[in-house]
Amino acid sequence: MSMSWSVLVVLALGCLGYVLGRRRAVASAGGDSRILHSRPIYYGWNVALFTVVPALAVMIFWALAQPLVVNAVLASHIPTAEREASPTMVGDVQRAAGTISRAVRAHAITETEARALTPEDTPTLNRMKDAGFATLAPAPVMDAAKSLRATNAKARGVLAALALALAAGGLALSLSRTNPQYRARNVVEGAVRGALILCSLIAIATTIGIVLSLVFESAHFFRIYPWQDFLFGTEWTPSFGGGSKLGMLPLLWGTLYISLIALLVAVPIGLFGAIYLSEYASNRLRTWVKPMIEILAGIPTIVYGLFALTIVGPLLRDWIARPLGAGDSGSSVLTAGLVMGVMLIPFVSSLSDDIISAVPQSLRDGSLGLGSTRSETIRKVVMPAALPGIVGAVLLAASRAIGETMIVVLGAGAMAQISGNPFEAMTTITVKIVGQLTGDNDFASPETLVAFALGLTLFVITLSLNIIALVIVRKYREQYE
Amino acid sequence: MTDVTGPRPAFDAGRPAVPQRRSLLTADQRTRRRNAAETRFRAYGMAAILAAIAALAFLLFTIIRDGAPAFTQTYARIPVTIDAAVVDPKGNRDPAEMQKVLTTSYRKLLEASLTAYVADKGIAIEGLKPQDLKTFFSDQAQADLRAQVLADPNLIGTQIDEFALTSSRIDGIFKGRVTEESAARDAKTSVAQVELARNLAASGALVTRFNWDFITKPDASENRAEAAGLGVAIIGSAYMMLIVLVLALPIGVAASIYLEEFAPKNRFTDLIEVNIANLAAVPSIVYGILGLAAFINFVGLPQSAPIVGGLVLTLMTLPTIIIATRAALKAVPPSIRDAALGVGASRMQTVFHHVLPLAMPGVLTGTIIGLAHALGETAPLLLIGMVAFVRDYPSAPPEGLFEPAAALPVQIYNWTRRADPAFFERASGAIIVLLVFMLAMNLVAIYLRRKFERRW
Repeated sequence: MSMSWSVLVVLALGCLGYVLGRRRAVASAGGDSRILHSRPIYYGWNVALFTVVPALAVMIFWALAQPLVVNAVLASHIPTAEREASPTMVGDVQRAAGTISRAVRAHAITETEARALTPEDTPTLNRMKDAGFATLAPAPVMDAAKSLRATNAKARGVLAALALALAAGGLALSLSRTNPQYRARNVVEGAVRGALILCSLIAIATTIGIVLSLVFESAHFFRIYPWQDFLFGTEWTPSFGGGSKLGMLPLLWGTLYISLIALLVAVPIGLFGAIYLSEYASNRLRTWVKPMIEILAGIPTIVYGLFALTIVGPLLRDWIARPLGAGDSGSSVLTAGLVMGVMLIPFVSSLSDDIISAVPQSLRDGSLGLGSTRSETIRKVVMPAALPGIVGAVLLAASRAIGETMIVVLGAGAMAQISGNPFEAMTTITVKIVGQLTGDNDFASPETLVAFALGLTLFVITLSLNIIALVIVRKYREQYE
Repeated sequence: MTDVTGPRPAFDAGRPAVPQRRSLLTADQRTRRRNAAETRFRAYGMAAILAAIAALAFLLFTIIRDGAPAFTQTYARIPVTIDAAVVDPKGNRDPAEMQKVLTTSYRKLLEASLTAYVADKGIAIEGLKPQDLKTFFSDQAQADLRAQVLADPNLIGTQIDEFALTSSRIDGIFKGRVTEESAARDAKTSVAQVELARNLAASGALVTRFNWDFITKPDASENRAEAAGLGVAIIGSAYMMLIVLVLALPIGVAASIYLEEFAPKNRFTDLIEVNIANLAAVPSIVYGILGLAAFINFVGLPQSAPIVGGLVLTLMTLPTIIIATRAALKAVPPSIRDAALGVGASRMQTVFHHVLPLAMPGVLTGTIIGLAHALGETAPLLLIGMVAFVRDYPSAPPEGLFEPAAALPVQIYNWTRRADPAFFERASGAIIVLLVFMLAMNLVAIYLRRKFERRW
């Protein structure tokens, strides 16, 4: 709570700075704002920025760094023997400390009681339990948790003081510099520009975050589990008791099989739809039909998942699989593939539509002028010209299909197997990521960590598909310019 | 269409070549074939479009058909005698004493009242067992009754007209989910119970009415599908949308302004651009892994809290918003910029005072579409623990952002995992709610685009 109070105080100081800076600038020009280098509001903003930005920056940096530092200190305080005996001790301490803090915040116990809390103090513990904050921490953990809370409280105090000092200093400094010659606008605009650049860097930060989190945890996994077995193993039998076989190939097979079926549905329908809309359809039909097809892209995938589970799955089982004797499972590769294909139609169709429309009319006119029919023009002239772009669109759709989760979670089942029968349940990489990471996670076991290795595999596959697709689409688009 | 490039007729031995004479008005075989191919090709296109639209129509039709019953619920309206001997065994009306009476005792009240009502109306059902009366009501009904009595002890000893929630099987009879045949196979219902329910409905004691609780109440446990609601999920989704809006809109707009208006063309900005294009196509579940590893394991934010979900969805929607905003900025003609610069505005002033306001409708449209996408996203939320069963409404922001909550799409997923078929109906109903929200957002986006559309 003290953190948010400091933020509020700093922001209030910033507002004050704005008013003071503006007033001082106007006063220094003797009330005639034409003498000022910049308009008065810039002087106000200048002071406000100097007040708020350094203080907030320190706070954010501190908030990010504090848990790391505290954890390192905490880990160094726990004797090695104990740490080996219970590897989750650091986590336990943090959890206990968090529970106590929450109990204090909810007024279940007072701060003094929290400071004096011991595992023997049953009345206080019971009071916490009644308020929904149960802790079952042994004495060393409880002690460590208390010292952790004390350190954190001290750190927060120091931080608040530091932030306020910085804010006050910035306010005084920038106010003292406010005079008619001061180039306030340039400073403020420089700051805004910096903020803009920072915002655009978030895209890079996200990518780095994704790569780091995947690589870090995958490295953990490969330290416990041999990578050859993961990459080339044909058996997927995780068991949380140990002795699991975590071969990726059955999952990769399921992923590719389902994606293939989805593309077999989506590409012909999407492509012919795009051709019809861009080459044959009247304008009125186009304005109606195009948004309707695009609705398919806006429907959440969980909706498709439920559709696969309750409608398409039983339908395929009762009408096709059972009469053919091909299988008896409501969830199957074909179910997930068909439904995912429907979801992908708009991706293929709108991208292809753009690309087909980008083919210059002169090519069509030339072909038609030589006596080709329209379909011949499309097949022999327009399509070859648009082909690279369409391949790019299909690749983008394929990467969607490989990364799709909810439809396969609900539609394809959870059986990890390599089989050619489309009426059997199979499973995909994404399904297993969800499976391994939902529920109680123990981030030391290979059964949980494998999800990160699977995520890395998925990321690498989709990223390479995306890059190839983007390169193809870009290169192609420039051809007519 | 004439065929000028076709092969010339072959020379016959000893006969001079005579050019073949054909009428332009009669189509020869080859022309007919080509025209047929043309018609076929056109038909394929039409068929593809029809298939896509048929799939959409079928999808929406089945969702609405299966989900509509979730919005109504069957209640038993029977006079319930609040027997003092049961609810207040000591007879001293002491709230603390009455707290000790368990909900199962209230079940007896409901049961006895139902038995009395049946006898009173003279409904005789062959083979009706006491067990059938016991499972007639939802477990929620007795809990509600208990809460009602504890809130108002004056009710003790009186007879009240109670709208008691019936069990999901009884409810299913009036929604076509449970029939005599299915009841005979199901261990939890009996044919006699179905008959009793139909008789009660005929006498007006069972009413099916609009179910507000479905929209406002929190989720319920595995065996009371009839009491499960969407309240917490709607709040959780709203919190996450709030976070996405507050973070993604300014960050996305700022990034687009930099890239579109200020950035020099060099390798660094090219890297950012390629990055954004790639992020737009990263599978959503990878964002979930990022959220789990970075926000929960590394920073230590609480699991299943809207703040983590909001952050993950923000990162996910940013590329969409940036791409849309850049298109909107690009569409503002350079003459506007030139005019502003010409009267002495700085580049920053030009952008913030002139270009951005003109691009705002496009920016907002893109943002709303990005938000709608984030609203329906499920997979990343599964990984950050939003699957947890949450019964308490989170408090108001900012504290509420750190408390466990559910989200609409994840609630749907949760319900599909449960055994009772009544949960499928709930899931479809929740999908209707989700789609209504998305439709509303898209309509706002379309309205904004129409209203502020500008041609230069």
